[in-house]
Amino acid sequence: MYRLALLMLLGDRSKYLMLVGGLTFSALLMTQQTAVFQGLLSWTTSHLRNMRASVWVVEARVEQVNETKALRDTDVNRVRSVRGVDYAVPMFQGVLKARASDGSDKQIQLIGLHGGSLVGRPPVVLRGRLEDLRLANTVVLDEVSAERLAAGRGRPLDIGDSFEINDREARVVAICRTERHFFGYPYVFCSYDQALQFAPRQRKMLSMILAEPKPGITPEKIAESIRRETGLNAYTTPEFERATNAWIWKNTGIPASFMTTIILGFVVGVAIAGQTFYSFVLENLRHLGALKAMGASNRLLSGMLMFQALTVGLIGYGIGLGLTAVFGLAVLPIGQPPFLLQPSSMVRTLVAILIICTLAALFGIRKVAKLEPAVVFRG
Amino acid sequence: MTLPSESPSIAAPTTTNGIVTRGVVKSFGVGDAKTFALKGADFSASEGELHLVVGPSGCGKTTLLSVIAGTLVWDEGEVEVFGTRLNGLDKGSITEFRRRHIGFIFQQFNLIPTLTLVENVSVPLLLNGVSRREAESRSAELLGRLGLGGRERKRPTQLSGGQQQRVAIARALVHQPRLVICDEPTSALDRETGHQIMDLLAGVARAPGRAVIIVTHDPRTYAYADRLTSMEDGRVSGVRHGAELKEFLSNHR
Ligand SMILES: Nc1ncnc2c1ncn2[C@@H]1O[C@H](COP(=O)(O)OP(=O)(O)OP(=O)(O)O)[C@@H](O)[C@H]1O
Ligand SMILES: [Mg+2]
Repeated sequence: MYRLALLMLLGDRSKYLMLVGGLTFSALLMTQQTAVFQGLLSWTTSHLRNMRASVWVVEARVEQVNETKALRDTDVNRVRSVRGVDYAVPMFQGVLKARASDGSDKQIQLIGLHGGSLVGRPPVVLRGRLEDLRLANTVVLDEVSAERLAAGRGRPLDIGDSFEINDREARVVAICRTERHFFGYPYVFCSYDQALQFAPRQRKMLSMILAEPKPGITPEKIAESIRRETGLNAYTTPEFERATNAWIWKNTGIPASFMTTIILGFVVGVAIAGQTFYSFVLENLRHLGALKAMGASNRLLSGMLMFQALTVGLIGYGIGLGLTAVFGLAVLPIGQPPFLLQPSSMVRTLVAILIICTLAALFGIRKVAKLEPAVVFRG
Repeated sequence: MTLPSESPSIAAPTTTNGIVTRGVVKSFGVGDAKTFALKGADFSASEGELHLVVGPSGCGKTTLLSVIAGTLVWDEGEVEVFGTRLNGLDKGSITEFRRRHIGFIFQQFNLIPTLTLVENVSVPLLLNGVSRREAESRSAELLGRLGLGGRERKRPTQLSGGQQQRVAIARALVHQPRLVICDEPTSALDRETGHQIMDLLAGVARAPGRAVIIVTHDPRTYAYADRLTSMEDGRVSGVRHGAELKEFLSNHR
């Protein structure tokens, strides 16, 4: 009977296409918007992956990774003296102006790393040696800054090329790869001491302290100790990521606007699928009544309706997910808009689609359950 | 026409070889809107006969048929079909009873337009748990015997009204039910086709162990009756058979 149920639905071309189309649209909207949102969220924490560290020590009021409130130079030693800390190094982070080849000014994200240890180094070095940062006036560019600072030049900057940061010469010694940041500024890495020379002089220049625990001690443990003993704020990488995400949810309209679209996708799905499926049931009511008279139980009929609804749901979900993947493949090489399709959000969309279909089927099931089989004798 | 062989007998011990209702009362609505469709209907039909139920519009024919078929819950009275007391059965058992022992033929045929003829006919078998293969082969065979061979894969809308009603008859018979009930099976058909359908149903009815009850408005069909029950205002007002029926029929020519 389940096969016949499917044939009944497939036989009604227009309703079938409407259902699949509506559910596809809904699934597409939900997964695509979630993926763009997740991508955007991941951009807000790309610092954490571009400068890797176990524990990030920041000023007490800092709630997220993109916020900098300068620390005192003496804080580095205070952190070093916390029990369980293997080492702690200073880090500078700031947005500066650099002069491109055509003379125009470009904003860059300057990262100053402790010269001795180079803790916080970018994960992928494409060309050159990171250690050359210990030489004077040297920088490491990511691919984007190599491209952007070469404006008007025809080919990107490479090892040996020079440009100016704040009217000071900077020589490229290596090219690395980074993940794009939310603000879109390209990354330029240099040594901490070098950064202090590039950046306009201020009373306090220390943005963050990066710390590592001694072997056998967890990052959570020293983060906790640092907080307690220094009064500074300290986060492990996962903690900082969560805190940053929470900050975005609390302080920006970004999640709300994405959620609105995602909820809209759900509502549109319920409306189209519910409406179409209900009218499919109404149009087939006399046939369903006839089946009931012939001895089909409510349970069987409900199962048939459920089966029909879930089938179109899975088809729509599959197509919607496929289209989202196509979208992702199209935008990922361009890098714009952000796109991060996580298995968990695919599962969430699947659950949402199944809920939509169950709701749609339930309207029909209620109708059929109340249907008196005797109606089939009435003209 | 040869008919499908005898179906297994109904579970309960057989006390009667037919259908009996005693004092069946059925009302619709509540309060001031309450109307009585059946006001104590005593009806009986025995196997191997074609029974017609006639009477003016609104006298309760369809309601009585629905009660006998187990598709409508009634208020008072006894209903027994081939020895099974429907009074005692819960909803699930009545559904199962209909599924196994009753074949339905409707005025509007009620074939499912998106399914092929063979799929339509196989429904009662599938509902009774017969495998798809066997259901379709038995259905195709029956369609062949009803003169629709070679069209098993067509859809109902590609057929004439008479052909559609023959498909509906195939669907009503395919699971070899003991009781076949029809509400106005010929009213949507022209004269010639109506006679063909009645011939067919008369053949079905006269097989042993089976009964066919037809509600009709159509005087052209009276001549096929072995027994004719008249209803009036929610009650059975007369039963004719044998010589009495012949005399009645000659008055209705
Ligand atoms: N579902 C219902 N709700 C309310 N009243 C009903 C319902 N079904 C039948 N009735 C009423 O019960 C009475 C008997 O109806 P029924 O359909 O059994 O008559 P009938 O003899 O089959 O008439 P017809 O020859 O016109 O088909 C009528 O007055 C009808 O209006
Ligand atoms: Mg009627």
